[in-house]
Amino acid sequence: MPNFIMSYLGSTVTPGEAGNQFWALIYVLIIFAGVSLAVVAMNWFERKALAHFQIRLGPMRVGPHGLLQPIADAIKLMLKEDIIPAEADQFVFWIAPLIGLLAAFTVYIVIPFGPSQAVSDMNIGVLFMLGVSSLGVLGIVVAGWASNSHYPLIGALRSSAQMVSYEVAMGLAVVSAVLMTSMKTGTGTLSMIGIVESQQQQGIWFIFKFFPLGFIAFVCFVIAMIAETNRAPFDMAEAESELTAGYHTEYSGLRWSLFMLAEYAAMIAVSSIAVTLWLGGWLRPFPNLLQAPTWDFIFSLFPGLTFGALTAIAVIGVVRMPVHSYFKVQRIGLAVFAALLGFIALVLLVIAIAGRSSDSTVAARLREGIDYVYWFLLKVAFFMYLFIWLRATWPRYRFDQLMRVGWKVLLPITLVVLILTAIVGVIVS
Amino acid sequence: MVPITTFHYLVVAAALFVLGVIGMLTRRNVVIMLMSIELILNAVNLNLVAFSRMWGRLDGQVFAIFIVVDAAAEAAVGLGILIAFFRNKETTNVDEIDLLKW
Amino acid sequence: MSGVLNPASIAAFTTSTDPGMAPVATPFFFYLLSGLAILGGFLVITRRNPVHCALALILTLIAIANLYLMLYAPFVAAVQIIVYAGGIMVLFLFVIMLVSVERASKDRRFNRVWPVGLAAACALMALFVSAFVKGRALFPDRMIAIPEGSNTQQVASMLYGEAGRIGQYTFAFEIASLLLLVAILGAVIMTKKKI
Repeated sequence: MPNFIMSYLGSTVTPGEAGNQFWALIYVLIIFAGVSLAVVAMNWFERKALAHFQIRLGPMRVGPHGLLQPIADAIKLMLKEDIIPAEADQFVFWIAPLIGLLAAFTVYIVIPFGPSQAVSDMNIGVLFMLGVSSLGVLGIVVAGWASNSHYPLIGALRSSAQMVSYEVAMGLAVVSAVLMTSMKTGTGTLSMIGIVESQQQQGIWFIFKFFPLGFIAFVCFVIAMIAETNRAPFDMAEAESELTAGYHTEYSGLRWSLFMLAEYAAMIAVSSIAVTLWLGGWLRPFPNLLQAPTWDFIFSLFPGLTFGALTAIAVIGVVRMPVHSYFKVQRIGLAVFAALLGFIALVLLVIAIAGRSSDSTVAARLREGIDYVYWFLLKVAFFMYLFIWLRATWPRYRFDQLMRVGWKVLLPITLVVLILTAIVGVIVS
Repeated sequence: MVPITTFHYLVVAAALFVLGVIGMLTRRNVVIMLMSIELILNAVNLNLVAFSRMWGRLDGQVFAIFIVVDAAAEAAVGLGILIAFFRNKETTNVDEIDLLKW
Repeated sequence: MSGVLNPASIAAFTTSTDPGMAPVATPFFFYLLSGLAILGGFLVITRRNPVHCALALILTLIAIANLYLMLYAPFVAAVQIIVYAGGIMVLFLFVIMLVSVERASKDRRFNRVWPVGLAAACALMALFVSAFVKGRALFPDRMIAIPEGSNTQQVASMLYGEAGRIGQYTFAFEIASLLLLVAILGAVIMTKKKI
């Protein structure tokens, strides 16, 4: 059994390429559990961050500093009555959230967390990602239709028109990133792991390549991805003040939570795509410039130090909580949470120190794997914060302004960036 | 079991083609007739890609891509005609679309 | 291309011996996917509600895309999902929502002359069956394996050309883009209220 695990940890290809169904299944389960956990954490983080942006505190009561609030929300949603409108189409009403959920989760097959840590590295990974995320529109359209009511129908039509429009700009931005992969070697690649490896070979993240072309393509992709996931400021179709929650008006309880799960999973998925295509995926900062083993060691301390910082914040929270009998349970809970974070920080630091050599011992391979996943997740966490920041800060686009931006602003800009990237690439080589 | 050969794919494509033809000839709703046309085009595509695999050349696949592009254009124009017609006559029944001008 | 269809050249085909590309459980997936495709096609032509027909057509399209993957055509499969399932079917669903009136669901499903249509389709099926039975010997039992890794590059070199030469289908590619432009213009003009 340990030989089995070791032989897998040392492989240099993804389970899909190696044809290993068991490990692919393990990866799929880990991704499913991880994404669900991330959605739960994202739910809490969004409420707290929005509250702090609006100079209030957010949920504070359910767990220490509201940490158990998502669990309470989930239990509430599961216990709610399942209301189906009278004239609604039963089968289509049932299947609509599932289509969105399937489309959101299937994208994770091609997302690489490391050079061999993906479920399957397809040769057409980028096309697969674009195609599957365009299947998510179908779930929304069908949900609006099946509700047999005006507000969901209009909300669904608007939302799907918006998503289809911004898919074009997203695709063109992706094409200009893929074009950059062929700059040094002459043949580009559509596989996601290949794109990160070409960033490593060319020694530059694509966001900085041919500055400002890569940066403009990145910004266009970010705008398009915010519109794709129906988040603010493009959330016309589901905003409470506009259309009484749009296409998921008639969905209650667990079905609505499936929609929310699909939306957050899609957010994490498109952020992962942006990280892979422009921000260097799993590469730590300056992978080629600072290549000495001491720099490797310093950068491999970051996971432990991050959790150490989180532990420090939790400890400060414990210390600052009022000393009152009403707060005793919360104090103990937060102390336990701080202890858990501290334990994880300690484990990560031990692995980083034990595996600091680059030969293939267990600790070294574990350290490398943890480093890859850590840098990837850090960049994705930055994008999650960006989503929440934009939601808190900017007002909503009106629908005609939204369509104008998608067709008349983003599409010409991405086309021009693509052509200029090609021209500059030919001139430079 | 019998190994899967080109012939199996051709049978599947022929079955889809016949289903599409039945749909075209027997349904009343114009949108469903257009969807049957898409079925027919997909059957042809499957045929082309199966033959491309049989000969080991990529011409069939390139032709299949062109057919997909063509189907997209045709679906857009056909649905545009349907909407323009529906605006005048409020029906999607192909039996009632029988006048050149009214 | 003369002489390609004589039995001697057909007998010269061999399979690939590349172990890295050996497919897994091919008959199972083939029967599953083709069963789903034919089931989807059958549901398209028999359901009363147009939205159900559209969903069944999406099932068929995705099953056919997976069949393309089994035929070592990943690029065509990706194009099928992006364009057909993700674009054309969304368009169909839009139009169904804009156009469907309540009485469409309560209308009769098949038109007045459906026996004639069914008879014609049966004649077509008989033609296909006879062609397959008679021409079974034409199709070799083995297939040439196309390399899958460079499929996109090879399709691109046929469409765009490579090494300074024009590709085999570049002209058709340009004509296709012109066709799409004309289709966009036509669709926009036809749906305007006042031209």
